[in-house]
Amino acid sequence: MTSRSARYVPTILAIVMAVIVLVPLSMMFTVSLNPDEAQIQITLGTVRAFIPHVASLENYQHVLADPHQPFLRYLLNTVIIVVGIVGLGLLVNASAAFALAWGQGAYRKLFIGVVIAVYVIPGESLVLPLLLMMSRVGWVDSYQVQIVPFIANSFAIFLFYQFFTGMPRELMEAAKIDGAGLLQTFFRIGLPLSMPVVSTLAILGFLDAWNSYLWPLMVTRGPEYRPLSVAMATYFTGQQAFWGNVMAFAVLMTLPVLIVYLIFQRWFVASVMSSGVKG
Amino acid sequence: MIQRPPPKVVPTAPGPPVSRSGRLSALLHETALIAPAAILLIVFLILPFFMAGYLSFTNERLVPRPIPTRFVGFENYTRVLGDPDFWQAFRNTFYFALLVVPLQLSMSLGAAMLLNGRLRFRSFFRSVALLPLVTPITVIIVIWAAMFQIPDGLLNNLIRLFGYRGDYVNWLGDARWAMPSIVLLSAWATFPFQMLIYLAGLQDIPIERYEAARIDGANTWAQFRYITLTGLRNVHVFVVITTTIQAFKLFVQVDLLTRGGPLGSTNTLVRYMVQEGYSAQRIGYASAIAIIFFILVTTFALLQRVLIPND
Repeated sequence: MTSRSARYVPTILAIVMAVIVLVPLSMMFTVSLNPDEAQIQITLGTVRAFIPHVASLENYQHVLADPHQPFLRYLLNTVIIVVGIVGLGLLVNASAAFALAWGQGAYRKLFIGVVIAVYVIPGESLVLPLLLMMSRVGWVDSYQVQIVPFIANSFAIFLFYQFFTGMPRELMEAAKIDGAGLLQTFFRIGLPLSMPVVSTLAILGFLDAWNSYLWPLMVTRGPEYRPLSVAMATYFTGQQAFWGNVMAFAVLMTLPVLIVYLIFQRWFVASVMSSGVKG
Repeated sequence: MIQRPPPKVVPTAPGPPVSRSGRLSALLHETALIAPAAILLIVFLILPFFMAGYLSFTNERLVPRPIPTRFVGFENYTRVLGDPDFWQAFRNTFYFALLVVPLQLSMSLGAAMLLNGRLRFRSFFRSVALLPLVTPITVIIVIWAAMFQIPDGLLNNLIRLFGYRGDYVNWLGDARWAMPSIVLLSAWATFPFQMLIYLAGLQDIPIERYEAARIDGANTWAQFRYITLTGLRNVHVFVVITTTIQAFKLFVQVDLLTRGGPLGSTNTLVRYMVQEGYSAQRIGYASAIAIIFFILVTTFALLQRVLIPND
């Protein structure tokens, strides 16, 4: 191979990769824009399935107007749950980590040990006892059942803890001399400085909550509190043969995440990377 | 996902003498900061964990019934270990992990190396590669369901294009093909995550090592083998183990596409646990499966701590 043609190898491979990623996604968009279900069935296996050739919003109207599957309600539910988990989670986990890093109590070493230990417990092992608890206290089919159990998070506490222990001691002492208690120091100094951690956890938490499926499947009974992920599954099962509608639903569910991704892409990449290893 | 060694608890300096009321208010502040997380962790993580252990020794049901719950000793465990459906789910789970981990990680590493090398429109390609990560998993499943269509779906037409001479492949309806099909879809869905972690690892390898190797006359393969792969050792261990654990948790793909079928060929540990504990309401029995699952995942997680030094 000459060095001239070898130069194009990475580009060609990158194009192959882009095609593999983009074909399924553009198929979703293309099919969602086609109102003719019979034509979709014929073209589904061909090139025409992923190159848009008609542009109609009819399928989207069907999805948004379906009284049995209220898309906007599902969207609202998802947003409430995501904002609840991420917002309350950041506050609760950051404050705990701050106390662990700069508090006085002798319990701190034990607490950190427990936080690291419980991190390995897979959530899947806990869903059944949790379901039993929730059904006994009557929380099944509500927002709180989908928010409250996931606010405290050992990974988040640990990440904040690492950040806070790295803060200069002089800063803390200066705050103390100024008469600020631990609580004020947290809100005035700790939390504002920890924005890199906040953005990392907000992005990862947002993705997690948007995707969560098993738990909401078990604890919701109908559209009132059901999130989009479970609704997408039900809609797919109910509309088996109507690919146009199913794909329009799929596009509508993906768009909010896609928009968030495009706006915060830089932080997004950094946050996933920082969740991995260093050396 | 935590990798860095835990920092030591900072010993707090004695500081100036404080009054009794000052000490009391400091205690109050600290309690206010720590209490919400402590209570939530105890109620929603530690308590359910011990409950799972306790329930696995009882015949508890999801809906209360007139006959009181009994303590049954190890009965659930002995029944699980003699249950052919459990063992099928167990084998399927390992089969899935065995197929998906190498496929997904080669995709991740390949893409990461492409994006780390000299490449035009690099940020465009990176944005594209990350798209599966931001597409909700249920949406990905629905799209692939359309591609798995028989007899003339996209994938069937594609293999015909590459010379497949049979009638068609019944991707999800054939017990031989159902799990490999789920593997394809799953690798596509999550490879960008490991790709980013590999990318971070690649950027940590000093470029001088490659330059030195080139001067020594090492070819591309030798550079890949001795610099890239060696430099990524810890990243590999981390990624292999977390991806394996993630694979063990397989649920939504099979729950939506195959319901564990055909002939139980895609039933997994998590799905079998949910089926027993939620659908059949046998919480006691399913808790034994949950505990076995926990032991499995923990074993792999601990393996990582053993294999990565300085952790």
